[in-house]
Amino acid sequence: MFWINFKRIFRSGFISFWRNSFVSIAAILVMTVTLFVIGSLFFVGALLNSTLDQLKDKVDINVYFTIDADEGSILSLKKSIEVLPEVSVVEYISRDEALERFRERHSDDQLTLQALDELEDNPLGASLSVRAKETSQYEGIANFLQEQEDATPQGETSIIEKINFFQNKIAIDRLTKIINSAERFGMLVIIFLALASVAITFNTVRLAIYTAKDEISVMKLVGASNTYIRNPFVVEGVLYGIAAAIITLVLFYPVTLSLGSATEGFFSDINIFEYYLGNFGQIFVIIMGTGILLGAVSSYLAVRRYLKIQ
Amino acid sequence: MIYFDRVSKTYNGGSSALDNVSLTIEPNEFVSIVGHSGAGKTTLLKMLLAEDKPTEGAVFFESDDISQLNRDRMNSLRRRMGMVFQDFRLLSHKTVYENIAFAMEAAGRTDEEIESDVPYVLELVDLGEKMWSFPHELSGGEKQRVAIARAIVNQPDVVIADEPTGNLDPINTFEIVQILKKINDLGTTIILTTHNKGIIDSLGKRVITLDSGRVVRDDKSGKYIL
Repeated sequence: MFWINFKRIFRSGFISFWRNSFVSIAAILVMTVTLFVIGSLFFVGALLNSTLDQLKDKVDINVYFTIDADEGSILSLKKSIEVLPEVSVVEYISRDEALERFRERHSDDQLTLQALDELEDNPLGASLSVRAKETSQYEGIANFLQEQEDATPQGETSIIEKINFFQNKIAIDRLTKIINSAERFGMLVIIFLALASVAITFNTVRLAIYTAKDEISVMKLVGASNTYIRNPFVVEGVLYGIAAAIITLVLFYPVTLSLGSATEGFFSDINIFEYYLGNFGQIFVIIMGTGILLGAVSSYLAVRRYLKIQ
Repeated sequence: MIYFDRVSKTYNGGSSALDNVSLTIEPNEFVSIVGHSGAGKTTLLKMLLAEDKPTEGAVFFESDDISQLNRDRMNSLRRRMGMVFQDFRLLSHKTVYENIAFAMEAAGRTDEEIESDVPYVLELVDLGEKMWSFPHELSGGEKQRVAIARAIVNQPDVVIADEPTGNLDPINTFEIVQILKKINDLGTTIILTTHNKGIIDSLGKRVITLDSGRVVRDDKSGKYIL
């Protein structure tokens, strides 16, 4: 009996999906828009994340040491920084390396290089470049370094010449704020759009079923059970969802393809076309799952209204 | 088989649609219910179909109080009652065949039964060729015959026809009444409401006359008197 009903419900859902083709198309289009918005959420999220990661990567604290600073005490400071929980990487740049990098950077500036050659000694000090795990943690690290400098016994000169965090502090603070609010704002906008389009989908399906309101009351009078009346509509809703999901996934191909190189150049290293292909499995499951769920739930709720009327 | 026990129905605002109605309908009877518009005919049928509950009293189908049934038992009770309405109430997106098959599916009949019974019952109402038409492709009389076929396909104990000829011309009206008589002859109880004097007078069966929600006349072999 279960299988007979199952088969009949599916057949009936398919038939009415096919016969009410105009209503079906309208519902599918609206649902496609919804799924498109939800899918875009992924791409925007991925772009935002990789951009933010890159920006964060560029933030660091540099500790410059005096020229006569002893390498041993620099390395021991490096060790004490490395054990801090907030720190992700500490890079030591020796005096020679600093000079080399300087020459590289000014390789087409003969005047500067000549001036450098005039000098007998390497004028550059060694430095440490410190990266934190989170941008908000830089202040703590800077304070720690400041304490190290202040702790130098009286009479001796500190080996630390300067810490550039306090010059960069304002910029870093502002960047942290922008990053955070961009993330929050982006999420809010996307959630709002998703909610709005879900509401529109609900309404469209409800309108599609409204036309069947009288039929539902007839089915009840003929003695059909509520499940037997409702389930073909749920099947129909699921079909809307599947169709819309397929359209959405197909649409994403040309869209991401055309935007791919633009995003690569503009935002960061990420190419959304490659991202789409690379994460297709995940995106497919989410879009398809959302479509099916949205279709089923909105049909279920819409029919429930009319079933309540005895 | 059907028993109305001092049934009253008052709608919000105090207007009384039924007032202390008691009556009994025996198996295999052909009962006509007549009365002016607003006399309470439709309300009476609604009580029987449990589309509405009585304010006072109770309606019994065999030994079950209809208003006390749960949903499952209500559904199985409805499958024992075939319904025919003035406005046909067919499923407009389904073919004639599917309309009748739906009633059988709802009753949990097998595919084999459906395949053999639907053509048979359509033959009975003389609609064999229209099996694959949609309701909007049929005339009023044909639609009503589909509705009757749907009402009887599950071999119900009783067929309830609420002004089935209200939208039909005299020839179709006559045909519908002939079909109802044939069903009655085959052993099914018929409850018919109508405004049509000609039908009542030609039937020569039991007539219940309602006025202002009360039973004013109940004749074994009645005429249409108002």
